[in-house]
Amino acid sequence: MGTLNSRIPDGPLSQQWTKFKSTCHLVNPSNKRKLDVIVVGTGLAGASAAATLGELGYNVKIFCYQDSPRRAHSIAAQGGINAAKNYQNDGDSVYRLFYDTVKGGDYRARESNVYRLAEVSNAIIDHCVAQGVPFARDYGGSLENRTFGGAQVSRTFYARGQTGQQLLLGAYQSLNRQIKKGTVTMFNRREMLNLVVIDGKARGIIARNLVTGELERHFGHTVVLATGGYGNTWFLSTNAMGSNVSAAWQVYKKGACFANPCFTQIHPTCIPVHGDYQSKLTLMSESLRNDGRIWVPKNLEDAKKLQKGEIKGNEISEENRDYYLERRYPAFGNLVPRDVASRAAKERCDAGFGVNNTGLAVFLDFADSIKRLGKSVIEARYGNLFQMYQKITNQDGYTTPMMIFPAVHYTMGGLWVDYHLMTSIPGLFALGECNFSDHGANRLGASALMQGLADGYFVIPYTIGEYLSNEIGTKRIATDTKEFAEAEKEVRAKIDKLFAVKGNEPVDFFHKKIGKVMWDYVGMGRNEDGLKKALELIPLIREEFWKNVKIAGNQNEFNTEFEKALRVADFLEFGELIARDALQRRESCGGHFREEMQTEEGEAKRDDQNFAYVGAWEYKGDDAEPELHKEPLEFKDIKLVQRNYK
Amino acid sequence: MNLTLKIWRQASAKASGKFETYKITDISTESSFLEMLDVLNDKLIKENVDPVAYDHDCREGICGMCSLYINGRPHGPDEDITTCQLHMRKFKDGDTITIEPWRAGPFPVIKDLAVDRNAFDKILQEGGFISVNTGSAPDANAILIPTQKAELSMDAAACIGCGACVAACKNSSAMLFVSAKVANLGLLPQGRAEAATRVKAMIAKMDELGFGSCTNTGACEAECPKNISISNIAFMNREFLCANIKE
Amino acid sequence: MSGFVSSSIGKKVIMSVTGLFLIIFLCLHLFINLLALVDADGSIFNTVAHFMGTNIIMFVMQWVLAAGFIFHILYSLILTLKNQAARPVKYEVNTRSDITWSSQNMFILGLGILAFLVLHIINYFYKLKFTDLIESGQMSEYELVTSIFTAQYWYYPVIYVIAFILLGLHLNHSFQSSFQTLGLNNSNWLPRLKFIGTLYAIVIAVGFSIIPIYFLMKALL
Repeated sequence: MGTLNSRIPDGPLSQQWTKFKSTCHLVNPSNKRKLDVIVVGTGLAGASAAATLGELGYNVKIFCYQDSPRRAHSIAAQGGINAAKNYQNDGDSVYRLFYDTVKGGDYRARESNVYRLAEVSNAIIDHCVAQGVPFARDYGGSLENRTFGGAQVSRTFYARGQTGQQLLLGAYQSLNRQIKKGTVTMFNRREMLNLVVIDGKARGIIARNLVTGELERHFGHTVVLATGGYGNTWFLSTNAMGSNVSAAWQVYKKGACFANPCFTQIHPTCIPVHGDYQSKLTLMSESLRNDGRIWVPKNLEDAKKLQKGEIKGNEISEENRDYYLERRYPAFGNLVPRDVASRAAKERCDAGFGVNNTGLAVFLDFADSIKRLGKSVIEARYGNLFQMYQKITNQDGYTTPMMIFPAVHYTMGGLWVDYHLMTSIPGLFALGECNFSDHGANRLGASALMQGLADGYFVIPYTIGEYLSNEIGTKRIATDTKEFAEAEKEVRAKIDKLFAVKGNEPVDFFHKKIGKVMWDYVGMGRNEDGLKKALELIPLIREEFWKNVKIAGNQNEFNTEFEKALRVADFLEFGELIARDALQRRESCGGHFREEMQTEEGEAKRDDQNFAYVGAWEYKGDDAEPELHKEPLEFKDIKLVQRNYK
Repeated sequence: MNLTLKIWRQASAKASGKFETYKITDISTESSFLEMLDVLNDKLIKENVDPVAYDHDCREGICGMCSLYINGRPHGPDEDITTCQLHMRKFKDGDTITIEPWRAGPFPVIKDLAVDRNAFDKILQEGGFISVNTGSAPDANAILIPTQKAELSMDAAACIGCGACVAACKNSSAMLFVSAKVANLGLLPQGRAEAATRVKAMIAKMDELGFGSCTNTGACEAECPKNISISNIAFMNREFLCANIKE
Repeated sequence: MSGFVSSSIGKKVIMSVTGLFLIIFLCLHLFINLLALVDADGSIFNTVAHFMGTNIIMFVMQWVLAAGFIFHILYSLILTLKNQAARPVKYEVNTRSDITWSSQNMFILGLGILAFLVLHIINYFYKLKFTDLIESGQMSEYELVTSIFTAQYWYYPVIYVIAFILLGLHLNHSFQSSFQTLGLNNSNWLPRLKFIGTLYAIVIAVGFSIIPIYFLMKALL
C-alpha cells in the first residue's frame, strides 16, 4: 500500500463540502435500483445511512446482531446532540463548534472532516424534529439547549436523559418506512463474520444467522460498516454486552487500515465497580456535571474512614471537602472535557482519597443545586438518572452524594477513512464510531450522536454516489463465485477450530483476563514498561484461549456462548494493536495519557513536532508485525496550543 | 445467598420445553439478576450442560432486549425496571425463583428464555413513522410545540419495545406498545398529516399478527418498565374511531 | 366500516356501546324496582310497571335491550376466545400486581350474571309476558315481585344478592373500561372515571340488593 490519500477537496475549509456536493458524480434513479448496498449495523450511523440510501432509491440490505434494529447501543446515549444553531444567542457558530471539537480532540482530528461535521450539524436537528423526535422545549414551544463539557455555549439539544434513544428511534422509524417501501431489506440476528473482496473491491459479506447458525453470503456493490466501537476489549465498559470489534477486525485483515486504536475515551461519570462478577459498567450522563459538584475529602483520615464505611459523605463539612475540578480548572470547573475529568479522578484516588470501599470512587454531589433550584427541578432534569443510580446502588442520590468513577466508554480510533468515509479498501465505507475521523484523541460530550447522524444522513448519501457512479456497469455478482466460497471457508475454518479446542474455561474467563491487562496497562495512564508488558501478556492469553476455551452446544443453533467466543477471539488479537499504537505514540494527547509525557501540573503534554499525524496500521499477516502509515495532520485554520481549561 | 432456580428449557422453536431446577450458591446481593444468570451459565458450562439462552444487550435498561418472566411478573419483583437492572437484593436467601420466557402466540420461543419479538417491528413498519425525506426539513424552530404536548409525546416515546406489556396482559394484547407509538407521533403537529392512515395500518397489522384485544385491565401499565400510561390506549382508540368515522 | 367491525378495537367498541346501554338500562330498572318500597301495597309500582308493560316505546325498547344483551354476550365470547388463543402456552407462575381482580375476571363474572339472567327471566319476564297471571288478575306485578322473596323460597333472595355482588364487580370495571375503549379518557379523567364507576357499581349492587332483603325481612318478621 502506498501513502494514504485522504482525498480532501481543494479550497478553503468552509468551501470544501459545498464544492464537493456540487461537483460530485451522481447516479441516475433508474441505475440506483440496480445497485446493492450492504449496511452492517443499525445504530445511528447505520440506520440513518440505510434509510437515506433507501430513500434515494438504492437497493439496501441492512444487518444487525440484535433482534431488532432499535436495540443498537446508540440507544443508550443519554445527554444530547450538539449543533451550531445558536438558538440561545450566546455566540455559537459553525466555526466555533468546529474549533471546540478540534480543540477538544487535542488537535488529532482531520480539520476538513470536523468542519463538515459542524456544517451539517444544524440540518440534523431540523431533520430529527421533522421526524418527530420529542426534544425538550420551553413554554413558548421553542427548542431548549443545555451546556456540555468542553464548550462555553449552550448548544446541546436533548430529550430528557434519553436523547440517543429518541434519535435512534427516529432513524429506526425512517428505516421502517423504507422497509415498508421495499427499498431496504432487514436482516436481524445476523452477525457479519467476513468481508468478500473481489478484484480489490468490497463486494459482499459472510454473515451468520444467529438463530439457525447458517452461514449466509450476501452481495453488495458496496459495503458500509457502521458497527460501533471496541470498548469491550477492556471487558468492563459502558458498551452493550454484544458490542464488538469483529467486523472492523475482519476488514482490517482484508487490508483496511486501522487508525489510532489507542485513542479511547474513559468517561468520568460511571457507577463504580462493585465486584468480580460484574458484567458491565453503567454510565450516567455527563449532563449531571452541569449541576453536580465533584469532590473528595481534603484530609486523608476522612478518606480512610469513608473507605472503611465509618462515616458518610454528608458528614464531612464544607471546609474539609476538596472540589478538585473547580480548584484546578476555575474557568471550566466541573465541565472540563471527559479525559481531563477522568484523569483528575484517577489522580485523587491514586493519592488515596477515594471514597468507597475499593477506594476507587469520587463524590458527585447535588446538595448545592437542590438547595439553589429545588429538588423538583433536579428531578425534572435528571430524574431517570437518579432512578437508575438508585436501582443499581440502592442509594438515594438526592440525599447522599452519588459515587462515580471513570470507565471505558467510547473509542475515537477506528477504521481509517478518507474524506469520503471510504476505508483503504475501495468500496468499503465506515461510519460513526466505527471510523476514526472526527474526534481526534478525545470526543466531546454530545458529539457522538452528531457524528453518527452526520455520517449517515448527510455525508454518505453524497460520497457513496461518487463511488457508485463508477459501478453502474457492474452487474450483480452471483454468490457462488470462488471469492465468496473462499471467504465462507475462512469463517468455517475458524469456527471448526474453536469447537475443536474443547478446553476447560468459559469464554468470559479469557475476556476478563484480557480486560484486566488492558485496564492495568493500557487504561487511563500508560507508560512504556506497562505497554511492553501488555504486549507480552496479550499473546499469552490468546494462546491459552486457543488451548483451553470451552464452548458449549454446537454451531448450528442459537448459541450465545459461541457468538461471544468469536468476538472475544478478535478482542484477543485487537488488544495487542491498541497497546502497540499506544507504545508508538510517545506523547500525551486527549484520552491517550503517557505518564512519561506530562507537564509539571500533571496535564497531558502533546508533541506536535513528532506526533501530529494519524497512525494507521496495516495488517501484514498473523505472524508479522503490522505496518504503521502516517497521515500528517495539517492545521490551516487553527493554531495549535496546549489545551487549557483553566 | 443460595437460591433454587426453576428455569424453562426449550432447545428450539419446534422442540417441546420443560422446567429444569438448578441450585446456585454464593450469589452476592449486589449483583444484578443477569449477572446471577451469568454465574449459573459458567457453572453449567463447566458441568457440560448447555447454558441457558436469554436475550440481553445494553444492561442499563434502555435497549429493551432483556425479557424474562420472573416469579410471575415480567422483569421481576421491582417497579419501573427492566430485568437487567433488577438486583439480587430484591430476593431472599433460600428463595425459589421461577423464570419463564414471555408467553404469547406472536412471540414464539427461539430457545429457552429467548423469544422472537419481530412482530413489534412488523407493526411499526406499517406506519410507525413520519414520512419525511432527509434534507427536506424546515428549520427546527419553525415548528413550535408547547411544552406540555412535547412532554406527553416524550412520555409515550420512552417505550423501549421490550414486550413486557404483552407478557403481562392476560390477553397478550399489544395495545400499550402500539398506542405508545401512535401517541408519540400523533400528539406532534408533524405527525398529524398521516395520523389516520397510521393508526389504521398499525392496528390492522397488530390484529393480523394474533395479539389479543385489550380489556383495559391495566396490567401492562403496572408492569411497564418505563411507566407508559394506558391513557395512550385511550388516545389510540379515539384516533382509530375518528379515522373510521371520517372515512 | 366492515374493516372497523372486524378489527379488535371495533369489537371492543361494540362491547363498550352495548355495555353503556345496559348501564343506562340498569339505572332505569333500579329506579322502577325501588318504587316497590315506596308504599305498603305497591300500587305505585303496579302503575309504573303496567305502564312499562303496555307502552309501545317500551315494547320496541325491550327488543333493543335483548339485542344489547345478545351482542354484548356474543362479542365477549368472540373476544375471549381470541384472547385465549393469543397465549397458547400459559404461565407456570402468575403474580398480578396493582390491578383489580374484577378486571381480570370479567368473563367469569359475566357468565355468573348470565346464569342469573336466565333465572331472572324464568322468575319474572316469562311470567309477565308469556302467561296470563297479570291479565287474569291472579296477582299484581307487585305480588309477583314479592312472591319469591319469602321464607319458603329463602334461597331466592340469597341467589339474588350474590348475583348483585357479581354484577357490582362486573360494573366496577366495565364503567371506566367503556369510556377507555371509546377513547373518552386521558390521564386526568382516568382516576375520576374509576371513582365514578365504583360509585355507580356500589349504588347498583346495593340498590338492587335492598329489595330482596327488604321483602325477605318483611316476610320473616
